[in-house]
Amino acid sequence: MAKIDLNRLEMPRQEPAERAKNFKEVALGFSPEQAKQEANRCIQCKKRNCTVGCPVSVDIPEFIKALREDNLPEAVKALKNKNSLPGVCGRVCPQESQCEAVCTLNKQGGAIGIGRLERYVADWERDNKARMDNKVTLPPPSGKKVAIVGTGPAGLTAAADLAKLGHSVTMFEALHVAGGVLMYGIPEFRLPKAIVQNEVDFVKSLGVEIKLDSIVGKLDTVDELLSNGYDAVFLGTGAGLPMFSNIPGENLNGIYSANEFLTRVNLMKAYQFPAYDTPVKVGKNVAVIGGGNVAMDSARCALRLGAEKVYIVYRRSKDELPARREEAENAEEEGIIFKYLTNPKSYIGNEQGSVKAMECYEMALGEPDASGRRRPIVKPGSEFMMEVDVVIVALGTTPNPLIAATTQGLQTTSHGTVVTDEINGQTQKKQVWAGGDIVTGSATVISAMGAGKRAAADIDRYLKSQG
Amino acid sequence: MYKIVERQDLAPNVHLFKINAPEVAKKAQPGQFVIVRIDEKGERIPLTFADWDTKAGTVTIVFAEAGATTCRLATLNAGDSIENFVGPLGVPTHTEKFGTVVCVGGGIGVAPITPIARGLKQAGNKVISIMGSRNKDLLFWEKNLRACSDELTVCTDDGTYGRKGLVTEPLKELLASGQKIDRVIAIGPIPMMKFCALTTQPFGVKTIVSLNPLMVDGTGMCGCCRVSVDNATKFACVDGPDFDGHKVDWNLMATRAKGYATEEKSAMAKSQCQCHSK
Repeated sequence: MAKIDLNRLEMPRQEPAERAKNFKEVALGFSPEQAKQEANRCIQCKKRNCTVGCPVSVDIPEFIKALREDNLPEAVKALKNKNSLPGVCGRVCPQESQCEAVCTLNKQGGAIGIGRLERYVADWERDNKARMDNKVTLPPPSGKKVAIVGTGPAGLTAAADLAKLGHSVTMFEALHVAGGVLMYGIPEFRLPKAIVQNEVDFVKSLGVEIKLDSIVGKLDTVDELLSNGYDAVFLGTGAGLPMFSNIPGENLNGIYSANEFLTRVNLMKAYQFPAYDTPVKVGKNVAVIGGGNVAMDSARCALRLGAEKVYIVYRRSKDELPARREEAENAEEEGIIFKYLTNPKSYIGNEQGSVKAMECYEMALGEPDASGRRRPIVKPGSEFMMEVDVVIVALGTTPNPLIAATTQGLQTTSHGTVVTDEINGQTQKKQVWAGGDIVTGSATVISAMGAGKRAAADIDRYLKSQG
Repeated sequence: MYKIVERQDLAPNVHLFKINAPEVAKKAQPGQFVIVRIDEKGERIPLTFADWDTKAGTVTIVFAEAGATTCRLATLNAGDSIENFVGPLGVPTHTEKFGTVVCVGGGIGVAPITPIARGLKQAGNKVISIMGSRNKDLLFWEKNLRACSDELTVCTDDGTYGRKGLVTEPLKELLASGQKIDRVIAIGPIPMMKFCALTTQPFGVKTIVSLNPLMVDGTGMCGCCRVSVDNATKFACVDGPDFDGHKVDWNLMATRAKGYATEEKSAMAKSQCQCHSK
């Protein structure tokens, strides 16, 4: 048996100084040789911890095996068997806390770069479509119709699975492109929109119809969909409502929700203004409030737009930062300045009503709170000023109340999330399932996909039981 | 794609499009709006319904050339299509039998006030309408608004048509006349709505205004359309667009409307607007 190789292979990336000035993808992907070298490290355990660690149960050893045998079409098949969006997952899944965390080699710190290999296989498929026998054989139509509300990761996954089971699937999207947060939220340099489009096209190739510009609840309601011939409805509308901190001056010009800032930049392509019509403020001194992945994305976008100084203002310390470590490191390398234990108290505007400064508190950490993290406490008398001309508030999101408000009998929590069975995503309302951020509040792409997958299986069970 | 089935030029730089959008037409109600995006490079802008025809499957919008997008929109003709047309958005104007309602439309606000007046009339109200514009050339839809009003006063700032003066003057006279006014609805430019609200405030008559701040998605996702009403932040796209005019922070409205003045200038310079050749 070959000696175990613990040297995890780094993926080439654009140099920080270079990438901080462009919107091109930061990570460059493995070369074929690198992919094979990394794949060869996999010891093909009998007990497949990695598969168990994956929210959609991808048979990871199987696709890695095919990859190192140079059978890329087989690797694609093994991957896509469980995961309809591998190009997305290979880029944005937190593998370090899922499949890679439980990899046998991780005990010695040398987990296989599963995400990197997944990305390699997905990209190979995209570049070699002509050589792939891509045709998924669909079963005969079941005669059942499913409506999927929202075209983000939960909806796309549910749609693909249901279509593969022979059901007729129609998706409803409020925006002008499908993909949800993958399109409007995650920036081009982390997840190129062409990759998302490719995954959406795959779902469409399964016969799924996507209706854009269609707001369920404003056009037909969920109840109307059910009485107009749909046998089941899956709600995957995410958590799209931004939270603000409601401190003085928050409505000054130049202060954005992260949703607005990222939507302008990613969806509306404001970084190409005026070639594209939507503008965005390019700040000189930009402060991003919050410490999650969305905060990192916002800060790195602001930097690429041309800001001189970009700060992450976070009320706890580095140890509590909710962002993926990799993303925080990327941001730091690019020159983002982290102001830990700092929280805004108020915003100060100039005569034109635009923000010019931010008054902040210094914070200290107290006892752990309900989330298990140490509670931030204001240090009395610690106020200080920061000069800022753009502020991006990235404090999280809650579900859009529209669906709950227009659907009879849907139960919601005080946070506005929809109550479902934890396993199969069934809501309290007959024929209606939900999954993703609309149920959990803001979480990850892969957990939304896992929820979409489980709901699809249960919807299929229900539809079959209806004869 | 949504086809423009009819175009009318109502006044200099003011245009009407009838757009084929049967699903939107089926659900449209007075006071709601659509988000329009012309093409792949376009921005998303909100426009309040001017009318709709459920049978024909069309929705009517009226817009003035005010920025790069509306200028570009004005270059389109019947037969052309626009990429996106999303609606109906926002909460419909609250309509019931109030008694006597005064509907005030200023500038292109005459277009959205018309279906609201019609709805109020149908609900059994006495509808007194006031419309105003800078001059005679800019007036449109006098006949339409008259058709759904019991009384109509037309004003022009320069006196070239109708009564000379601002819409707030006949409004104030009505309130002072002793006639019981149960509600006022005002739609138009920010200063006009603000001064209508200031005019009615001393009389304690509930005054609804339709706010039209900058928006991106129009569905509550971004918060670009933040307004302050009764000292609380609201999103005009989902909480409005109608609000109590006496509680709106008008200064904030005005500042936020100018949030992209610099960028708008450069966009206008870039846009090769055929209608602004003069």
